[in-house]
Amino acid sequence: MGRVPPENDKVKVTLTVNGRRVVADDVWEGESLLYVLRERLGLYGSKNACEQGECGSCSVYMDGTLVCACLVLGGQARDRDIVTVEGIGEGEALHPVQQAFVDAGAVQCGFCTPGLIVAAHDLLRRTPEPTTVEIREALAGNICRCTGYAKILDAVHLAAERMASK
Amino acid sequence: MKAAHPEALPIAGGTDVMVEINFDRSRPASVIDLTKVAELDEWGPEHGYLRIGAGVTYTRIIDELSDRLPGLAMASRTVGSPQIRNRGTVGGNLGSASPAGDAHPPLLASRAMVELATTAGVRRMPAREFYVGPKKSAMRKDELIAAFLIEPSSGPQQFSKVGTRNAMVIAVCSFALALDAKLKRVGTGIGSAAPTPVTADEAEAFIEGVLDEGGLWEKRGELDPSALVRFGELVAAASRPIDDVRGTAAYRRHALAVLARRTFAWAWDEYRRKTTK
Repeated sequence: MGRVPPENDKVKVTLTVNGRRVVADDVWEGESLLYVLRERLGLYGSKNACEQGECGSCSVYMDGTLVCACLVLGGQARDRDIVTVEGIGEGEALHPVQQAFVDAGAVQCGFCTPGLIVAAHDLLRRTPEPTTVEIREALAGNICRCTGYAKILDAVHLAAERMASK
Repeated sequence: MKAAHPEALPIAGGTDVMVEINFDRSRPASVIDLTKVAELDEWGPEHGYLRIGAGVTYTRIIDELSDRLPGLAMASRTVGSPQIRNRGTVGGNLGSASPAGDAHPPLLASRAMVELATTAGVRRMPAREFYVGPKKSAMRKDELIAAFLIEPSSGPQQFSKVGTRNAMVIAVCSFALALDAKLKRVGTGIGSAAPTPVTADEAEAFIEGVLDEGGLWEKRGELDPSALVRFGELVAAASRPIDDVRGTAAYRRHALAVLARRTFAWAWDEYRRKTTK
């Protein structure tokens, strides 16, 4: 994102992020929600990689729907409710999905992990006991270049088991 | 707003537009955010058609309309990933008018209509006349895509797409089929194998002739395998593919013949089973 935004056409965007009302200043009209989250609001959990919706590293919730933050125009997030990976756990405590990724060894370089956590969280919210096929389908938009996905599938199954037994 | 700013770029789910902006391929002077226009998110019946707002996402088409629009729902399931289907819209597919857009073949096969709106009013045109060139449509600069109109299925529908993996794939080529048992009509749509999405008119006429002559609609009779092969050949002949990074022209022609033959066999089997109980 080395581009220099034009000086004119800067806008102010008010939105809710992880339960907090926040204001992003000087947002360029063509700026993505991902840029707003990372560069304006200092939330570096959502990762910036492909910028075309291919990799899923920037997956966040917008009004409860899983989206790629790189494909949402900053202005489109005005007055919307955003939840990033930073808002998945409760305070300092990890969410069961996050803990399962740690325990199953589903994290190597970690770059894809935030997006996968949010996407897996979205799956388990809708389908508490997913089959392996359902997990693959739900995570098809999230690319990992380290793990070969086996440990990620293990982690989602583990999270589902732990969440069911609670 | 579009009339006052004809140069403004409309954006809905952003799955095409944001890629252009992120990669600095285009820097629109202004954008119009369609996601705040609630009317575009609605769908409902209208004179025997379903009128579906341009902003209805692929996820909603799959969840809410699979029973009435099986072909379009099948195509919608092949779009991108959950994240993309949650944002991407048929309206956006029409706006981009890419020959590879997954929604186009089923719209063609079902003889859908596109509704274009200006401050002066609306006009509706057949999808079969909408695509005029690579990423070019018959939409004027002052118009916005408001909706599309499509008849609920009155027979089996199919969609098949060739790609290197199951998800996140731009079609190498794709094919949609819609059987209309009421009007005894066959509809086709070809994606990613010509400068625009196209229909296979000769293939439609040929197979309609075969079904009519044999009284096969009434009898729910078996279809001669050689007719299926000929149907596939005519579909392939209707394409005008090129060699590109996703595949060669020869491969696309071959694959289309296979897709057409298979999808027709599946659809006809389904038609025969439905009524023979």
